[in-house]
Order: sequence, then C-alpha cells, then structure tokens
Amino acid sequence: MTYFIDRRLNPKGKSLANRQRFLRRARAQIREAVQKNLKDSGVADIAKDRKIRISTQGTREPRFRLDPKKAGARDFVLPGNKNYIAGDQIKKPPQGEGGRGKEASSSGEGEDDFEFTMRQDEILDIFFEDLELPNLVRTTLAEVQSQHWRRAGFSTSGAPNQINLVRTMRNSFGRRLALKRPSLADVKALEEEIVILEEELGKDNPRVLELKVTLEKINAKRKWVAYIDPLDVRFNTFVEQPEPTSQAVMFCLMDVSGSMGEREKDLAKRFFVLLHLFLKRRYKKVDIVFIRHTHDAQEVDEQTFFYSRQSGGTIVSTALEKMLEIQRERYTTSDWNIYAAQASDGYTQSGDAKRCVELLESELMPICQYYAYIEILDEREMEVFSNDEAGAELWRAYRGVAEEWKNFVTKRIAKPADIFPVFHELFKKQDA
Amino acid sequence: MTSPLFTEAEWNFQSLDRVFKAIEDIAINELQLNVYPNQVEIISTEQMLDAYSALGMPLMYHHWSFGKLFAREEGLYRAGHIGLAYEMVINSNPCISYLLEENSMTMQTIVLAHAAFGHNHFFKNNYLFQQWTNAESILEYLAFAKRYVSACEERYGHQDVEAILDSAHALMDQGVFRYRRPPRPSRARVIEKQRRREEHAEEDYSELWRTLPAGAEPPPPKRIWDIDEDDFGDAPKLPEENVLYFLEKNSPTLKSWQREILRIVRHLAQYFYPQRQTKVMNEGCATFVHHTILNMMYDRGLLTEGSILEFLASHTAVVFQPNFDDPRFSGVNPYALGFAMMQDIKRICEKPTDEDRLWFPSFAGSADWRPVLKDAWANYRDESFVEQFLSPKVMRDLRLFALADQADAPALTVSAIHNEGGYRRVRSTLARQYDVGVIDPNIQVTSANLRGDRKLYLMHRMHRGVPLHVQTKDMVLPHLERLWGYDVVIEEVAET
Repeated sequence: MTYFIDRRLNPKGKSLANRQRFLRRARAQIREAVQKNLKDSGVADIAKDRKIRISTQGTREPRFRLDPKKAGARDFVLPGNKNYIAGDQIKKPPQGEGGRGKEASSSGEGEDDFEFTMRQDEILDIFFEDLELPNLVRTTLAEVQSQHWRRAGFSTSGAPNQINLVRTMRNSFGRRLALKRPSLADVKALEEEIVILEEELGKDNPRVLELKVTLEKINAKRKWVAYIDPLDVRFNTFVEQPEPTSQAVMFCLMDVSGSMGEREKDLAKRFFVLLHLFLKRRYKKVDIVFIRHTHDAQEVDEQTFFYSRQSGGTIVSTALEKMLEIQRERYTTSDWNIYAAQASDGYTQSGDAKRCVELLESELMPICQYYAYIEILDEREMEVFSNDEAGAELWRAYRGVAEEWKNFVTKRIAKPADIFPVFHELFKKQDA
Repeated sequence: MTSPLFTEAEWNFQSLDRVFKAIEDIAINELQLNVYPNQVEIISTEQMLDAYSALGMPLMYHHWSFGKLFAREEGLYRAGHIGLAYEMVINSNPCISYLLEENSMTMQTIVLAHAAFGHNHFFKNNYLFQQWTNAESILEYLAFAKRYVSACEERYGHQDVEAILDSAHALMDQGVFRYRRPPRPSRARVIEKQRRREEHAEEDYSELWRTLPAGAEPPPPKRIWDIDEDDFGDAPKLPEENVLYFLEKNSPTLKSWQREILRIVRHLAQYFYPQRQTKVMNEGCATFVHHTILNMMYDRGLLTEGSILEFLASHTAVVFQPNFDDPRFSGVNPYALGFAMMQDIKRICEKPTDEDRLWFPSFAGSADWRPVLKDAWANYRDESFVEQFLSPKVMRDLRLFALADQADAPALTVSAIHNEGGYRRVRSTLARQYDVGVIDPNIQVTSANLRGDRKLYLMHRMHRGVPLHVQTKDMVLPHLERLWGYDVVIEEVAET
C-alpha cells in the first residue's frame, strides 16, 4: 500500500531555530561583515535583505582528516586517461592550487568565506545593537508595513477566481433577452411538434419541412448567441490603498573639509541612516537631499557626499543657504514635511556662526519639522568638552538656537552609541 | 498497445498514482525487487532545503551547523549555482521518499523508480544496512533525540548544550563501531531503556509537559570503577576505536545528560555509516533500477516519446563522468561508476565475451542477470563490489588509470593503466579508494591514566605514513579535551 502525502502546506520555517542558532554563533563575524556592508551601501538601502559574506572563523566544524600532501604515500585512480602508460611521471601541480581548494571545501574546512542572505530585520537588529536603541524603538522600526486592499468596483478583466457571478449572469441574461436567444424549452417544444406532425402527416409534408427549417435556424441562433459570452464576464477589482500619509524630505548637511575623516563620516552616515529609517516609517515617500560644504556648498549625489574629498575652508552658512534655496525651488512647505540633519566637526570661519543663527531663526526653523545637529568629536575631545557650556563658536551659537526652538537638537558624539539620544524626542511614543 | 500513462508535463495525484502502480508492477514482477512499503511525500523547494540541512532526515535536533548548511545551500540555490536534488529518500520502514513539487511528471516518474524502488530495495537488502541500522525505529529515535536536546537546552542553557554538540560532532567520524556490532546492552540497561521509552511515549499524550525526558534525571554518577552496564567489566577495554563511545562511558567529568547527547550523536553516526560505505552501490542500484524500469515502461507504450527523451537527457546528466583534466572534475562520480558496472554485469550475463568468461567464470553467460545483481546488492559494499565486479571493459570505457603519490616526490607516477598488465592493479587501487578503513584516519584510544594525572592517550596509526592534517587536528583536540575534562595526547605512529 502506498501513501502519497502532500506536505507542501506544512508549516514553514522548520529550520528557523537552526538559523537563529547560527546567527548567534557567528555573531562577531556577521557584525563585522554587516558593518562593512553598510559602509558600502546607500542611506536609503540599509533596511533591505542583503547578501553577507563572513569569514568562517568561529563557525568551523573541524574533523580529523588525513594530509597526504605532507608525508607518506597513497595510490588513487582517475578516469579519462588519454596517452599515459605505466611508468610515466606527471609533475605535481604547485601547492595551493586547483584540486587542493576543491578538496578542502568539500570537507567543509579550509573555506575562507561564506556567503548567505540576511533578512532586513536581522540586519537592523545588528545595526541597532551598535546604536543601543531601546527595544521599543527597534520593533517599531523593523515592522514591515501592511498593505491595504480596497474594493474598487468591477472590471472586464481579472483572475478567474475573482469572477463576480451575479454581475456576469445579469449581463448574460440581458444580452440573451435583447438578442432573443431561443431557450432550450423552445427547442424541445418544436422538436416534439415535429415528431407529432410527422406521425400525422408523413415525413414529406411541407408543414413538417418548414418546421424543420425553423428548428435548424433556432439551433443556429442558439449557437451564435452564446449562453455566456466573454462580454458578459465581470470581475471584482481591488486596489491597493496607500496610507493617507504625506511626504517628507530629508536634508543631509555635512562638512567635508579635510578635518572630517573616515571615522567622522561613518558616524555621520549612521546618524543619517537612523533619521531616514524613522522617516520611512512615518511617511510614504521620503526624498533625500545631500548637501556638502567646505567654504561653499553643493548639492551632490550620495557617492560623492560620502566618499569624495574637497579641500577648502569651512563656512557652514553656505550649506544652510543652499538648503533654503533647494527647499524654495522643489519642496514647498504645504506638500512636504521638512527634516534636516547636520553633521560637522564644529569648526567654522569666525563670524560665520552668527550668520548661521540668523538663517536658522528667521528662515529655516519656522519651516522645519525637526532639525538635528551633531558635532563629531574624538574620544579625547569628548572628555575636554564634557560640559555642554564649553565649546567652539558654532556649538555655542547652536545652543542658543536650541534653547529657543523645541524641535532643534544638538549633540556631541564620539561613538555610535551616542547617536540615538539625539533622536530621543523624535522617537518618543506618539500620542495617538 | 496500451496508451501512455500521462501526456501532460504537469503532475497530479491521479497520474502519480497510475505511474506508481505501473512502476511497482515492473519492479516487483519483472525485477523481483524486495522493498519496504513506500510512503511518498510531496514537498516544496523550501522544505527540500530544510531537509537538506537536517542531513536529509525529516526530524533533527537543533544545532547551528544545520542553520549554516541551510544558509549556504539557500544562497547557492538562489544564485543558481546548484540545482536541488530531485528527490530524497530515508532509510526507514515505511521508506519515505520526498518528491519536489517543481518536478515535471517525467521527473516524478524517474524519481519514483529511483528512490521508492531502487534505493528502497538497497536499504532493505544490503547486509550493511540490515546489520547496522534499524529502519523500524529511526524516526521514533530522532523524535526522542530532538525532544531530548531541546529539553536539555531549556534546562541547562543553549550554550552548554551547543558546546557538547560541537564537540560530539567534531568526533562523529570517530563515533562508529567499524568492526563489531555495537555492544549488547546489559540487562539493567535494557530495563532502563524500556522505562525511558515508555515515559517518552507517555509524553506524547500527557498534558503535563515534562521539561525533561526521563533519561536526564541523574542516575547515580557513573565512575569508571563501577560501571554497571554494557561490556566494560571493571576497567575499560582498550584499545577502543569508538572514541565517542569511550568518552560517553568513561569520561570522568561528563554529566549524565551530556553522556546521553554523546550517545545520540554516536547513534546518528552509526546510522549514516553504511551509507558512506555504499555510495557507489546505492546510487548505482537506484540508477540502474530507474533506467531499466523506464525503458520497460517505454517498451510497453506507457511513456510518450517526449517523456523518454526528457528522461534520457536527465539520466545522461546524472551519469556523466568528466575526465580528470576537465574543470568540472571532482572525483569519480558514484552514479556513473555504479551504473556502468551494473549495466556491464547485465551484459556479461547476456552476451559474454571470451574475456568475460575468463574474468567472471561464475556468472558469465548465465541466462538471468537478476539473481547476480541481487546478490551483489545484498552482500557487498563499495570496496568489495569494485574488487569483485569491476570488469576490464568498464575500465577501458572509463579509461581508468592508477597513480602512485609519494608526498616528497616531485611527480606522480602512473602505476597502471587500462591494459592487460594493469587491470588488476587499477581495480584493487580503486577498491582501496572506497575502503573506509583506509580513507578515514585510524584513531584509537590506547590508554587512560585514571589514578594519576588523568591524561588520555589516543593513537593514530598512519596508513602508509600519511599523517593527520595539522590544523584540523589542533582544532579537534580542544573538543576532545572538553569531553574528557583533562589533557589529551594524540600520538601518531607508523603502521606496523
């Protein structure tokens, strides 16, 4: 006796527990790889599934095996001899080439890297761990938005399982009435009449023949006026209903003068990424504008923003002017929520801080939902400036702005964990 | 002429059933196969990947290495580097075969013939499987193992359980009895086992979920001088080839749940051991069976020409043997070798040449090839099968040649080729290549200093002077020490 069992509907994710164990096991390697990976990807692309390549350090599964390359002797057989005869000498391939690599990887050892795909929530988990986000925030950010389908009337095309029978039959009935489709009962009645008449009057009676012609006509008509015509068919339609949210634009401002090194840019990037993640949760559409500045500001693409260097002095106000210009041109306040994030090492030309404050207070703060400024220091400086009062000209000036505007935040950071508190206000539980 | 069983590429349960009955008819009545009852399961791609990563078993305890395997396979599969196996079959009674839902109807036909009859017959009849594995109870045992491991995780923490499993896995190859049956449990142990199994069975319907299966409640700690069971008297019998077994019974530091986990891993290793020794025969048998059955079905008009062409394309891909200098070469293909040898046995029975009569006097020209093949399937493993049945013709067809490799020599020497003077040498060299006694390092526990510093001594007898790979040896050693609890020394000595 044989049983066919359909297992396809069994619960999925049988190996999820194994995956979690694996991720936990390879935590250190994965974190390293994710960080590196995030460095190379765009601000808006962080929260996506991605391939991760990790070293197998920590997830090796060693077994005893033999090493015939080192010493001793062995014999083996190969297929596909061409012209060797017994006694021939074949030079060995140099070490660490060809066959060796294959041998090693098939036994599960000696592999250097290992590639696999990580899901969005797993990536965010690792990313946030560095930022020390509270769990509450993590879950709200990692949540994937559900889609809303809404009925949208009927249409003439669609999937067969969405056929609307009532509508279809109503159309079909109307059409049959209009085209006077003979019913099955009509046909039956006529046929019976012919049979009776044939018996009474004989086969060749003209009345019988006439009726037969009519029957033929009726049958033909039934054929061309179909019971259900493709014209009749109606389908239920559904459309995706977007959430009634508006759009937001995020301005990323960064000082790219020589004093901003690799570390500073990396911190700034994390800062931008976090704000972007937050905005993406709240708004359907989020635009990002990158403005870099030295002594003069430009709008650039992301690649240039993070990776190209420029020399020159530092005039922060040029970036603010640029932002204002772009906002006026493309992002009207009636249609866009405006967010700004600025990263700098705190230096600006003397006298420029005053100009910045003017711009902020008179022009920018009234239109911005939120403005976050971070000053990136190194750990040593962090200790020197442990007091918020102390600081360079720009810092002191911005402190003044922060006191006046509730949606303006300033913060000094030196490591990833410092970033989250900047957004504390933003991530506070919203009153519904 | 009968009409074909199916004409559509898509499968459905009716056509599967029709095909299964037709295959069964041929397999039982024509080939006279002797099989376990079949249970065929249709699964999706993801489930196939799941099964892959659980060593092909439907149930398995949790461990990160399976997650790693899954992640790797999934990555390769999604990138299109590997296709999935079309089928997977489990040595159990009833014999469970998995069919992938994406297969075409022709593929399902091949797979049914291949797995549900070819592998099934081999599992049921080969002496290794009969002697060493227990098809009746493997699934039950795996269910127990899974539950036991997760109960331990809950009670003793993930990390501790993971550590023990890591160490046990590292020694899995040294966890089998190669030359004798696993020792008979003593009477006390039989009773204990029975009690545990009963309690385990009770759990299946008990509402109260006991956190721990009975085996884990600490029986009085076993000390080496008062082992109450199994075959050790007052002192361990040494040398001992089954390192896991030795540690399970004699480690001075392991707790009873850790011993039980070692036992689980050891049982698994033993269960898979016959499969490692019969790759060529097992795949050869299944391939030969599906090839024969599908051709017969075609001859009877049960398959369309389209199907038979699809079958031939896939069959040819399976038994393809790249040459040694081909970039695709990765060793001798067990499907190719096994299938070629079995086809050749059939040929020797039906149309022997003079050469065949000389080489295989016992069956050359015997009218019926079935008993010859069935005898081979039942009573040989890869090594002895090659040694006994590899014919000069197959050696010529595959153009096999033997090489001698001396580690310190700059070149390999061709020691024999497929000619009159070389057949025997090529054949026994190839046979040796499948001898697990040669390809696995020969490691034994030789002594344990129980009263003094508690050092454990292992010995690797180097076959023809081939030493252990140093890096992996250094990685496995800490695992041994973790299980033993004290220092462990591995000595490598030349074979005497």
